[in-house]
Order: sequence, then C-alpha cells, then structure tokens
Amino acid sequence: MADQALRKAPLAGRHGGSSGARVTPAGPATRLALRAGSDAIGTLSLAFGLELPQRPKTSASVTGRHALWLGPDEWLLIDENGADLLGIASGVSALHSATDVSHRNTTILVSGPDAAAAIAAACPLDLGTSVFPVGAAARTVLGKIEIVLLRTGKEDYRVECWRSFSPYAFGMLVEGAEDAGL
Amino acid sequence: MLLIYCPYCEEERSELEFRHGGDAHVARPTNMADISDEEFQEFFFLRDNPKGLIFERWRHIHGCGRFFNAARDTVSDKFYRSYKAGEPKPDIPGVTTATEKTVETYEATEGTAK
Ligand SMILES: [Zn+2]
Repeated sequence: MADQALRKAPLAGRHGGSSGARVTPAGPATRLALRAGSDAIGTLSLAFGLELPQRPKTSASVTGRHALWLGPDEWLLIDENGADLLGIASGVSALHSATDVSHRNTTILVSGPDAAAAIAAACPLDLGTSVFPVGAAARTVLGKIEIVLLRTGKEDYRVECWRSFSPYAFGMLVEGAEDAGL
Repeated sequence: MLLIYCPYCEEERSELEFRHGGDAHVARPTNMADISDEEFQEFFFLRDNPKGLIFERWRHIHGCGRFFNAARDTVSDKFYRSYKAGEPKPDIPGVTTATEKTVETYEATEGTAK
C-alpha cells in the first residue's frame, strides 16, 4: 500500500483539437470563490492587488492573477502562479466570504482562430468580439455542465469547469474544435 | 432558442442558463404561527395558474446566480419584461391579467368530456 496519496492532474497527458483550435489542459492554479458586499470591495481589491470588477461579464487581470465577475456580489479569483489566495483573504477584516476551490475546478485552454467556434459548439453565450471582448468573463453552460469562461486573448479562452466534469468538457471542446475545422 | 433578459447581467441570455422559480409576489405572512390551516394552504400551495400574463420568479442559476422576476405569457411563452427582485409588479401596456372569464377551467373545457 502506498504510504502517500499522490495528487493527479485531472486531464494530465490529454491533448486534442484541430489546426484551428488547440485544446489543452492548463497548469494548476489556486482559486477562490469570493462573496462580498459593495462596502468590502475596496479593501479586498487592495489586498488582492487588482480591482474587483463590478460590471457584468468583466474581469481584471494582473500577472497571472484574475478576478472574474460572476454575480453582483460574487467573484472567481484565479492565480496561475499558485499564490495563497485564501491566506490573503483571511488577512482582510472587511466582511466577506472566501472559499478555496483550487482543486474543485480545472481549466482547459482553447486557442486559435477557431477557438470561439469550438466553444460555441456547446455554449449558448454570444462570443462576438463586440459583446465578449478580450477580458470578458461569464459563468454559463457548455453542453450539460456549468463552466466559467474567460477570454484571455483575441484567440484565447480559459474554460473553467468542475474537476469531475473535465473529461466531458475536454471531449466536448475537442469535438467542437474538430467540427469548427471542417 | 428562447432568450431571457437578466436584469443583473443587463442582457439577454439563453434559456439554458435559467431556472423557473414559481409565482412572484407571494407575500409570506408575518404572523405565520397564528394563521389557520386554510390560510396557510392559500399562501403555501394555491396558485392561480393563469392563461396569459403571469408574474414569476426566475433564477439565472448558470449565470450570475441571482433570482429576479419576470412577466411572461403562459400561452406564447413571450417574456414581456424582467425586473429585479424587490421591485413592484410592473404594468405591461396592452396586456391584462386573465380573469375568471378568460381562464379555461377544467370544469369548463373537460368537465363533461366522456
Ligand atoms: Zn444574470
């Protein structure tokens, strides 16, 4: 019997997509589900080093750290450098709720000229540049699961999904990428 | 695809992101412990189920997560407008609430069906 549990990345070794849309698992990241009233936004923004967005479908990003507007008092924070987000939150005395969801979620990167088409194969959100520009973010659905989508570049998207749903999400995106290339 | 306007996201989003939440503007009695069983039944179970205009709670569960209210037509499925939770029931110009005369009851349409 192994005397140490090993942490395995949920989509380790997978790759797929098409020449127009690459689908790859993102590296590990720390994540925080953050809830706070408007009076705490200033203090929390200061602590996290980025302005918590207050408009629908917007996000803020600073060197690998992202804050995504999910609802009027709700954000998803992602740190690609693995910073201790919960530690930062615990140092803030303003009333808020923070839950570490680093290992609940995993991320799939979709990149390339057909990236939007690949996602749109199973996502009802309008991904047109005028309504979903670079930096836009939203909680929505992909096929039968809920995802959080962040547009990180002109042809680059982060698809956040729950860990146990990730094989489904990955398969769906690969399928979409192949269809988009036809 | 049916598009529903979310007053918190301030745009129309796919119906796939929403979940229906029953009748809106059902006032919870403030004297719950004192009301009779009949009054509780009226508050808790009985709904009008109108044909035509209805005011309902909806939740943008796979979006911003918020509950809001919407005026909808139960026949055409048309959403007249949505508004934030806590706002008063809006007037929908040109649309009137169903009355006993316009509601098709089981008794009137099926009651004598053999
Ligand atoms: Zn919404």
